[in-house]
Amino acid sequence: MIRPGRNNAESHRQISRRGLILGSGMLTVAGVLAARMRYLQVDQADQYRLLADENRIKIRLIPPARGQIFDREGRVIAENVPSYRIMIDGTEAGDVDQVIARLSEIIRLDPEEVARARKELHRSRIHPVTIAERVSWDELSRVAVNAPALPGVQPEVGLSRRYPRGEDYAHLVGYVGPVSDRDLESIRAPDQLLLIPRFQIGKIGIEKLREDVLRGNAGTRRVEQNAAGRELRELDRQEGQAGKNIQLTTDNALQRYCKMRMKGESAAAVVIDVTTGDILASASTPAFDPNLFVRGISVSDYRALLDNKFRPLPNKTSQGAYPPGSTFKMVAALAALEGGYVDPQATVRCVGYLEVSGRRFHCWKRAGHGNVDLQKSIKESCDVYFYDLALKTGIENIAVMARRMGLGAAFDLPLTSVNEGLIPTKEWKKRTKGEDWVIGDSINSVIGQGYVLTSPLQLAVMTARLATGRSVTPRLIKSVDGVETPTGAGTDLGLNPNHLIAVRKAMYSVSNERRGTAYASRIVEEGFRMAGKTGTSQVRNITTAERAQGVIRNEDLPWERRDHALYVNYAPADNPRIAVAVVVEHGGGGSTAAAPVARDITLQALYGGDPPLDAYPAAAQPRARAMQERIRRERELETGGDPEDQA
Amino acid sequence: MSYLEYSVKHVPTGLSKVFYLNWALILLIMAVASIGFLMLYSVAGGSFDPWSQAQMKRFGLGMVLMFTVAMIPIWFWRSISAATYLVALVLLVAVEYLGTVGMGAQRWIDLGFMRLQPSELMKIAIVMVLAAYYDWLPVGRKSRPLWVLIPVVLVLMPVYLTLTQPDLGTAILLIAVGGLMMFIAGVHWAYFAALIAAGAGMVTAVFQSRSTTWQLLADYQYRRIDTFIDPSIDPLGAGYHITQSKIALGSGGWTGRGFMQGSQSQLNFLPEKQTDFIFTTLAEEFGFLGATSLLTLYALIVFFCVISALSNRDRFSSLLILGLAANFFLYFAVNMAMVMGLAPVVGVPLPLVSYGGSAMLVLLIGFGLVQSAHVHRPR
Repeated sequence: MIRPGRNNAESHRQISRRGLILGSGMLTVAGVLAARMRYLQVDQADQYRLLADENRIKIRLIPPARGQIFDREGRVIAENVPSYRIMIDGTEAGDVDQVIARLSEIIRLDPEEVARARKELHRSRIHPVTIAERVSWDELSRVAVNAPALPGVQPEVGLSRRYPRGEDYAHLVGYVGPVSDRDLESIRAPDQLLLIPRFQIGKIGIEKLREDVLRGNAGTRRVEQNAAGRELRELDRQEGQAGKNIQLTTDNALQRYCKMRMKGESAAAVVIDVTTGDILASASTPAFDPNLFVRGISVSDYRALLDNKFRPLPNKTSQGAYPPGSTFKMVAALAALEGGYVDPQATVRCVGYLEVSGRRFHCWKRAGHGNVDLQKSIKESCDVYFYDLALKTGIENIAVMARRMGLGAAFDLPLTSVNEGLIPTKEWKKRTKGEDWVIGDSINSVIGQGYVLTSPLQLAVMTARLATGRSVTPRLIKSVDGVETPTGAGTDLGLNPNHLIAVRKAMYSVSNERRGTAYASRIVEEGFRMAGKTGTSQVRNITTAERAQGVIRNEDLPWERRDHALYVNYAPADNPRIAVAVVVEHGGGGSTAAAPVARDITLQALYGGDPPLDAYPAAAQPRARAMQERIRRERELETGGDPEDQA
Repeated sequence: MSYLEYSVKHVPTGLSKVFYLNWALILLIMAVASIGFLMLYSVAGGSFDPWSQAQMKRFGLGMVLMFTVAMIPIWFWRSISAATYLVALVLLVAVEYLGTVGMGAQRWIDLGFMRLQPSELMKIAIVMVLAAYYDWLPVGRKSRPLWVLIPVVLVLMPVYLTLTQPDLGTAILLIAVGGLMMFIAGVHWAYFAALIAAGAGMVTAVFQSRSTTWQLLADYQYRRIDTFIDPSIDPLGAGYHITQSKIALGSGGWTGRGFMQGSQSQLNFLPEKQTDFIFTTLAEEFGFLGATSLLTLYALIVFFCVISALSNRDRFSSLLILGLAANFFLYFAVNMAMVMGLAPVVGVPLPLVSYGGSAMLVLLIGFGLVQSAHVHRPR
């Protein structure tokens, strides 16, 4: 088919025309594209540059190493150990289920953790999630060896708190745990660090109360990361400040000894240095393993702690408030002597009871003590003498003296809820009970019963003040970051030395003279003799009917209705170094349940280890030996013979 | 139709044809392809593996094909236009049944040594068949309804087939190329006005059909349109691509962040960085200057094609070259508009630069046709 030339030329012109239109159209579009490029790349460049950097650069906090906690000798109480965890990166893992299945063949995975990880992965595949925490080095190496079969699985190293002393410091030092929403709510301007998932903060005890020094300050790192959130390189780094170390006044070996000695009892013991107020040991049994809480305690374990009738959770040394019983008598005696209401030589006749306005108040010794002077009243713990003393001295004077001796007020210690105890006065009763003070209240109070409540710590401080005549206050933190904190030596209480000597003499006789209530639990090593006082405080009212039938012996009562056993002492009697207070909850009599414990602790503290059996009276030696062997055996069982405890 | 129809005064023969090739065009193509190799090297984190090297091999193969096609007289190509179209159409049907599903779409036929994408072949075939059609059609009849309907059917058949794959990008390109071919051939203005009106109607229909039983597009395509209109509705999902792409482009600034220094592409913030979004890497690493340079190279390629077409007195050749130039133009214009947030993300590669076999080979075959028309033009 031949087409006419004209037609062809006409057609060519048309194509040229339309071609030119097309060309200019395309040029216009290219111009629009160029304009758009200019807009994005030149006009808006800064903004997009910023966005690109925001994409690329992330600021990551460097959690500071938490301050460590040491005992007075510099031995570790709380430390940081590397903890490994396994992360899984959804974008790299591909088939997450398969990777998790393979991982579970290699290491033990917690089903709860896995479920949570799956949920997190489902939500966002961009960030790696934790699939196993606290992985052992062994498990970690198994994962590393199998890495090629586990795409997207990456190990991470962090620091985790560890309490190598186990239960010993559960109550004093407490434990750390991951920040909870409740924690965050209670802090007004939370530290950035607290927003790090699973960042650990102190929950109770020193860990909580000295969180300020222990935590340290976060450092920051600027890192470049890719779209998957994987860190590629560090651009710069500003180091944070590690938390400061804290040194406690306690002694690890003595602390453990106290705990082991009271094993099986619901008891508390405090040992303080009488000159500095240093708390050498403060043990509350039973206790719990704080390491369990760091890991996240299981519901059943926690339930078991709550349900235990010996109450392992509270710190009985400072939170526990017990009627001091007869250990309160020194305070009453001092009040009477200082006020001049009683002559130390004057005697009172004890016939087993004192009748006041038609009511009989009984002495613990039904037969009566006969003629009793001050020394004998303390030595044999005659109640009637003190009933009489209370009537002469008055509750107000006794309360004032109690406060001077450190009772009825909380000490400023970094411990969870330090109990104030209670020293009742007339005004107090009116205010809180709306009732008038009656004579029976004074009589109950003077023997440390009724409303009077003290903590074991207060009793130890009271004893230290008796021993020194100074306002010794307890000190738990020896130094922070190497800077020594002021000691609790205190100032002179301004008490008449003769009065103090009289009371001390009486306390000495309690522990060292025949008929003294703690004579059986004496120390015979001449240099280390104790001056002490037993106490037995009732937790029930003895009814008249009961009294008529004869008071039921403690051993025949159910545990929770038995008397508390108390004993306080300082030693050595002639040159006091330590004061000890022991409370055995529902232990029965102070002389039988508390004094032997206090003696063992005292000897342990003074000798700095197991004392020679010669320090015990011959009759007590077999039991002392058995006790030493038992504790040695258990200690080895527990720690594999931690050399620290052999001190 | 034989070569006798051409009033040929002098046609180069044998190897001397090489001297009559449009060398400026070849150099421009090589320059653009080299930019492609460089960018593929960059996005691989400074490695010829896995993309750059493979792309070079394909380009080499493509150049051989281009020269081969260029050596064969244009009248041969004209004579097989209709056949090519039919083969491409059959392959498009075949891909429905034999194709391999990849990236959520059924587009490939695996030939063993390479994966053939019939829709790519169709982009050339449609230009060839329309050029041949209008060359054959007496000028007087080109605006008559029946003669307009034939090319419309020729275009809509492959459009329907590509839409069902589903490959919206190719379908749009086919419609645009077909429309442009008809425009160049001189079809009356009124038809285009009607087409634009119909287009507007169809867009309305597409949106109206959403979440009804007769929904016209796949859900993912609607989502792409949604996020095109407002990328912020899904910054981490569907809108992620376009947001990150704009950030990459914008952060390039005047001169870019330097070769292999683009944080967006090097750190994997960019999606499909070796294929559809490779332009963003170029723009990020070489800035406004780099991006406009590439745009200029592309424009020059189109310019040389248009010049060649307008100076060619053979109707088939002119139409063919203009059609192929328009096709090439649509490729890069749609791709750039897409990554710059001016058009929806429809999956159109950057011609000669994006990593991909079929597109590269078909484009170079297309340039082979342009060269053949140029060499064998009536003088």
